Amino acid sequence: MLLYVVSTIFVCYLSFNLRRNQLTPIVWNTLFWIILLFTAVNAIAKSFSQERHGRLLYYYNLCSPQAIIISKIIYNSLIMLMLSGMGFIFYAFVMGNPVGDMLLFAVCGLLSSIGFASVLTLVAGIASKADNSATLMAVLSFPIILPMLLMTIKLAKNALDGLDWSVSTDEISTLLSIDLIVITLSYLLFPYLWRS
Amino acid sequence: MRKIWWKILCIVIIFYVIIIGLTGPVPRLAIINESIRNTYFHVALWLAMTFLLFVSMIFSIRYLNKGRINDDDIASELTKSAIFFGILGCLTGSVWANYTWGDPWPNDPKLNGAAVGILMYLAYLLLRSSFEDDQRRARISSVYNIFAFAVFIPIIYILPRLTDSLHPGSGGNSTFGSYDFDNNIRKVFYPAVIGYILLGLWLAELRIRIKRINRVREETMITEHQSLK
Repeated sequence: MLLYVVSTIFVCYLSFNLRRNQLTPIVWNTLFWIILLFTAVNAIAKSFSQERHGRLLYYYNLCSPQAIIISKIIYNSLIMLMLSGMGFIFYAFVMGNPVGDMLLFAVCGLLSSIGFASVLTLVAGIASKADNSATLMAVLSFPIILPMLLMTIKLAKNALDGLDWSVSTDEISTLLSIDLIVITLSYLLFPYLWRS
Repeated sequence: MRKIWWKILCIVIIFYVIIIGLTGPVPRLAIINESIRNTYFHVALWLAMTFLLFVSMIFSIRYLNKGRINDDDIASELTKSAIFFGILGCLTGSVWANYTWGDPWPNDPKLNGAAVGILMYLAYLLLRSSFEDDQRRARISSVYNIFAFAVFIPIIYILPRLTDSLHPGSGGNSTFGSYDFDNNIRKVFYPAVIGYILLGLWLAELRIRIKRINRVREETMITEHQSLK
């Protein structure tokens, strides 16, 4: 997956190579989050479909569905954190780093990694039950993840401009509450998915 | 005939809304002018749609608790009529925006949110169509339906209020309660919402009945087939 991020970033870098000076902070920001979004979808889509039927049956006997969804969310969040951290380092390395407030940007990355991971884990669970799960995954997850993506981009924009923290408390609290809602819903709904 | 009165009520209310809504007295406002009559159609349609989606979510929860396939039929058909209302709401809103904001699709967070919301529910229909087995389809799409409603409300009602929007209730515009909402409008607006909700329920009810008939027919065909063997 790391290779996937790095090669995507490199493709973007080469495509923008012609007009380096046209890469405004807004384009930089949007491009970064869109790369991360696609990485997340690709990374997490596999989390259920990858596992063989026998192993799922084994898990089913071993522990409760709540434990499974929570552990999957934590695992995927860690993967997303790692991917976004490494992605950011490489991205800043080739495309330049216009971020004004690194701490705020890191908070933004943390919240969005957890959010992406929790939404996509549940959607991957839903999609893996159907036959054509790759297409379904994209169709189901993009509309749901869009508000989160927009909030993240807005928050990251504030971090880029180095605005005061008080400006972005709204965005932080909204992102946090969306994360909480999604995780609670996954916790409540996953047992029904797991049974089938 | 069982319980026909609410269908008659629905027809009466809708005719009342159309006739009084287009001819009755309305307050004069700058820019909006006569197009304020669109409140009876556009705003009321959106409220009716949200209500239908809410009821649909409740039936999905009930399906997950009780496991009766009828509840899932009701949830899916309510969602279908809600999507129909949503598309109508978009069209009426587009007409209104064309004359007051000068653009049929201005770049407004609420509009984009609405488009995303409709996409989300179209994805719900796609998800339903990708399963063969009834119970499995019902369980998984119920899970998605509950999840989608929980995301739909922030997209439509909360996020646009945090940013600048052309719609009332955000970016310095006042909300509806204070929005010169005088008694003439109230007299038509509240019946309009109830009328559309009844119409949506009626549409859904017809489709649910067709679905049930088809299911019974299939079952009898299968049993006949087996008895022939």
